[in-house]
Amino acid sequence: MTPELVGGLESPDYASHDRASHEPYTQVFTGDVRRELDELLKRYPNKMAALLPALWIVQRERGWVPEEGMVEVADLLELTPAYVKGVVTFYTMYHQHPVGKYFIQVCTTSPCGICGAEDVVKAFLRHTNAGELGVTSPDKKFTVIEVECLGACGFATPVMVNDEFIESVTPDRVPDILAKLT
Amino acid sequence: MGFPHQPHPRETTVLSKYFGDAEARTLDGWKKRGGYKALEKALGMAPADIVNIVKESGLRGRGGAGFPTGLKWSFMKPGDGKPHYLCCNADESEPGTFKDRECMRWTPHALIEGCAIGAYAIGAETAYIYIRGEFTEPLYWMEKAVKEAYAAGIIGKNAMGTGKRVDVHVHKGAGAYICGEETALMNSLEGRRGNPRIKPPFPAVSGVFGMPTTINNVETLIASAPILLNGADWYKKMCLSNPKSTGTKLFSVCGNVQRPGTYEVVMGFPFREFLYDLCGGPLHGRKFKAVIPGGASVPIQTMEEAEATLMDYEGFVEKGSMLGSGGVIVIDDAQPMVTVIARIARFFAHESCSQCTQCREGTAWTTKILERIRDGEGTMEDLDTLLDIAEQMTGKTICVLSDSCAVPVVSGIKKFRNEFEALIQGRRFHPVAAAVA
Repeated sequence: MTPELVGGLESPDYASHDRASHEPYTQVFTGDVRRELDELLKRYPNKMAALLPALWIVQRERGWVPEEGMVEVADLLELTPAYVKGVVTFYTMYHQHPVGKYFIQVCTTSPCGICGAEDVVKAFLRHTNAGELGVTSPDKKFTVIEVECLGACGFATPVMVNDEFIESVTPDRVPDILAKLT
Repeated sequence: MGFPHQPHPRETTVLSKYFGDAEARTLDGWKKRGGYKALEKALGMAPADIVNIVKESGLRGRGGAGFPTGLKWSFMKPGDGKPHYLCCNADESEPGTFKDRECMRWTPHALIEGCAIGAYAIGAETAYIYIRGEFTEPLYWMEKAVKEAYAAGIIGKNAMGTGKRVDVHVHKGAGAYICGEETALMNSLEGRRGNPRIKPPFPAVSGVFGMPTTINNVETLIASAPILLNGADWYKKMCLSNPKSTGTKLFSVCGNVQRPGTYEVVMGFPFREFLYDLCGGPLHGRKFKAVIPGGASVPIQTMEEAEATLMDYEGFVEKGSMLGSGGVIVIDDAQPMVTVIARIARFFAHESCSQCTQCREGTAWTTKILERIRDGEGTMEDLDTLLDIAEQMTGKTICVLSDSCAVPVVSGIKKFRNEFEALIQGRRFHPVAAAVA
């Protein structure tokens, strides 16, 4: 896909998607991972119910959910790739393009908003050199996004770095948090 | 128990007693604290007797709607030849609410016990705990606890050696507020997009996988264990105001307040004392301006209303709001109300599943108009437009997300109209001046 064709949608995210999708895809569900899925299937009366868990496995193994991963999951669960993509695009936590090594989500919903979450976002954008929300930093290390309510409002501002949940983040804690990641 | 602070002497800790106690997270630690005695008792009882005790206790749904739990359980007809399911709604995403997170990360076995009791009572052999994807820590502890409980034979095909089957599985969501709506949760669990379903059929008739299903909140299920152990009367007696609201309730407090955290009080506790004594009052040099007492989707209260409220289902309604999920958002005089409300609207616009036109368009336009008022570019007509949109968004959609967006907007304009008008007339909000006044 050339940048001209995607017009107004063109963004650095799409550019990185384009590159990554040309990397050869290797199957996720082999060996132990396949057995993990087989175990999961026992929990449900049908295969489709294992769709969300299966997509989580793809994201854990590949860092995002590429279209080839959707096809692989569709085959295993006897669904169509289009159906799987429809589900993937509904949920915000499945990455549809590669993200930085550290994916940073800052809660800015009202309760955190009134406790200074905007300043925490700005601090992350500045110190990671990501500059803009949703854009991966030039060194490919960081992607920062605002997220809707993380459900830890009494610990404003909560921040998620990949799977790690950090409570009560203030702008002055940001450099320390980042220093531990690099 | 005021977690993460010291428990306050005026709290009544039934569900939150072991918050912060790392040993309570393990199976041995939980058993030492009296864990799984209620399940043992339950498995020796007839399911109908369990339902009756819960009915008698007056326990009502703690997720927001306040529907009587025993009555809900009694909708599940025994002996219909179909598999029954219990779903535990652990998709806690209502802004301001974080009580279930504490329950799951500190007392995961309490939830397994509650799920097993609930499942057995409704004739289900399988319970699914649907946890939102962002809750990595609660998920870690829940999965660990489930593994422990299976290994010890507490749950599984021969639960506690009684020959009865109770399976409990943890299912991880993937980031969608709407999946906290019960029919959307069922769709999501089935591997679909999380769009709410039209009711009827109600879940007790056709729920997850098309089978009779009951969906309960985390706190509700956990409360069933002490009720079984101590009896319905013990629970019913915990009531300071209206007899229709019984027991203890977890309130998670956040925003501009000295001691944000999760508190547990008996139903009917005076809100004024709760805010000023238990939660420590406003931040230094500030005054409280407004409270949203039950998560972002309930009407905003003025302090006059809040200070006269008794904290139960009826008490909050009497004073212009709702108990909701018990997520108390405290707003002080440094916060411009229009900014707060615009941010709430943005949340709902982001989380709309877009199935219904009123919601998809309504939440988006409400946000745009509120943000333009916030930025000083609004007109007086905008206020009427907002109220008009809100009316069109209420009672016209498959689920109540649309209504939830309209509620804070309507109550905000009604109760804090002066702040909207000041911005429209070109007067900026000055927090310092407001604090002095």
